Amino acid sequence: MSKTIHLTLKIWRQNGPGDKGRFETHPAKNISTDMSFLEMLDVVNEQLTLEDKEPIAFEHDCREGICGTCGTMVNGRAHGQLKGTTLCQLHMRHFADGDTLVIEPFRARAYPVIKDLVVDRSALDRVIQAGGYISVNTGNAPEANTLPVPQDRAERAMDAAACIGCGACVASCPNASAMLFVSAKVSQLALLPHGRPEAARRALSMVRAMDACGFGNCSNHRECEKTCPKEISIVNIARLNREYFKAAFISQEN
Amino acid sequence: MNWFSAALGSSVGKKLMMALTGLAFIGFLAAHLAGNLTIYGGKAAFNGYAEKLQSLGPLLHLFRAGLITFALVHVLTGLYLFWLNRRARPVGYRMHATAGGRTLSSRTMPYTGIVILVFVIFHLFHFTFVDKTATTVFDMVAAAFNQPAYVLLYAALMIVVGLHVRHGFWSAFQTLGVNHPKVMPTVSAASIAAGAVVALGFGLLPLVIALRY
Ligand code: HEM
Ligand code: SF4
Ligand code: FES
Repeated sequence: MSKTIHLTLKIWRQNGPGDKGRFETHPAKNISTDMSFLEMLDVVNEQLTLEDKEPIAFEHDCREGICGTCGTMVNGRAHGQLKGTTLCQLHMRHFADGDTLVIEPFRARAYPVIKDLVVDRSALDRVIQAGGYISVNTGNAPEANTLPVPQDRAERAMDAAACIGCGACVASCPNASAMLFVSAKVSQLALLPHGRPEAARRALSMVRAMDACGFGNCSNHRECEKTCPKEISIVNIARLNREYFKAAFISQEN
Repeated sequence: MNWFSAALGSSVGKKLMMALTGLAFIGFLAAHLAGNLTIYGGKAAFNGYAEKLQSLGPLLHLFRAGLITFALVHVLTGLYLFWLNRRARPVGYRMHATAGGRTLSSRTMPYTGIVILVFVIFHLFHFTFVDKTATTVFDMVAAAFNQPAYVLLYAALMIVVGLHVRHGFWSAFQTLGVNHPKVMPTVSAASIAAGAVVALGFGLLPLVIALRY
């Protein structure tokens, strides 16, 4: 049964990158518990527009938990308190009437605020550009059975490939480290034969790019895996470390 | 050697140095605890252990030089990481809740580390760099722990060391890339056990000395 609830939002407002920013308090009235968190923000924005006020800027695209565009902090948790869920898939039935929600942008030195809740996550793209791909010649697709992949290995690669690049791991990490994201991107390729030829170069250059972006260092707090909407495991971070050590100390790559 | 310093200077490389030096210290703690347990054997046994250590001569000096080098690497890298990690989020959150990852011991690593550093310096001046011509190691330790303040201080400090080891032990394995469904449950349990053994093993010794001698 759907019902309606009333909430108070303490929400971060910032006009632009240079602005100091501040918290504003806005009511969110008559929110259906069937709505998603983003739909709740839509309702608040409609009200703000009617009042001739600037709507709250937030990011969204697919709204079905697969694109990695949405994400803010809700009461100190990236994507809110629900395990394994993106903000767009968090429904208002998980909140109680009268709740006060503190809504802030993902924070990191590598994530400058663009406006309100929108942050620039292009640092993650720079890490991908450094090696999150394989180089293959175009042409006919080769015979599938020439590269056998055991089922469990394929599953582990798929688990790593579930990362949607939302960047919540960085936001939740006490050190603003991007290791979970980078480890997922390194692992999905390192686990498959197609990724092996460039594995050493990839590990070195993606870690180098990550460090250059100003992310913090991993202290193994495991906040990332507990927060990740795709429940990417820190087993991948251990694999990234192994790939890095092999590449740095054993391979001929620089 | 450019590749070598680049590898160790990276974020993953810094953590590698923390893990290797940290595990070495845990090995040192194990040896130190084993030696201290000779106190249960009485005055002669404990003094015998201390003399045997001294008789190692150059080997002991080599060992000390190694420990000091490792300590420099662990402390300087640890403090640098602490600074870098704080700098990685210049504007903090108004609210930052845990999703269940952080523990008391993981979040206090830099602070317990600094306390350990201060303690180790104090401890060296307290028991190691002192003139022992007129006394024995046993008498010196027994005299110290006949003061209740020292018993309490050491017990409290050993809880701090235990906390550092409790996160550090499993964390070092994860850093070294040893995270595997087959071994990780054992490593995690061993980490809690190692923290408890350090806190209780060292922490109760002053009390035992105070009560028995
Ligand atoms: C008995 C002495 C000590 C032992 C047994 C010890 C052991 C360890 C171990 C095993 C780790 C985990 C490494 C990893 O996560 O890969 C660690 C981390 C750490 N140690 Fe120590 N340590 C000791 C003393 C110190 C001291 C004196 C400091 C200095 C201020 C310190 C600061 C740190 C810090 C900041 C970390 C966390 C690094 C990070 O994960 O970002 N430790 N220690
Ligand atoms: S690892 Fe998880 S939290 Fe991090 S970017 Fe990928 S999906 Fe988001
Ligand atoms: S909007 Fe696409 S994952 Fe939330």
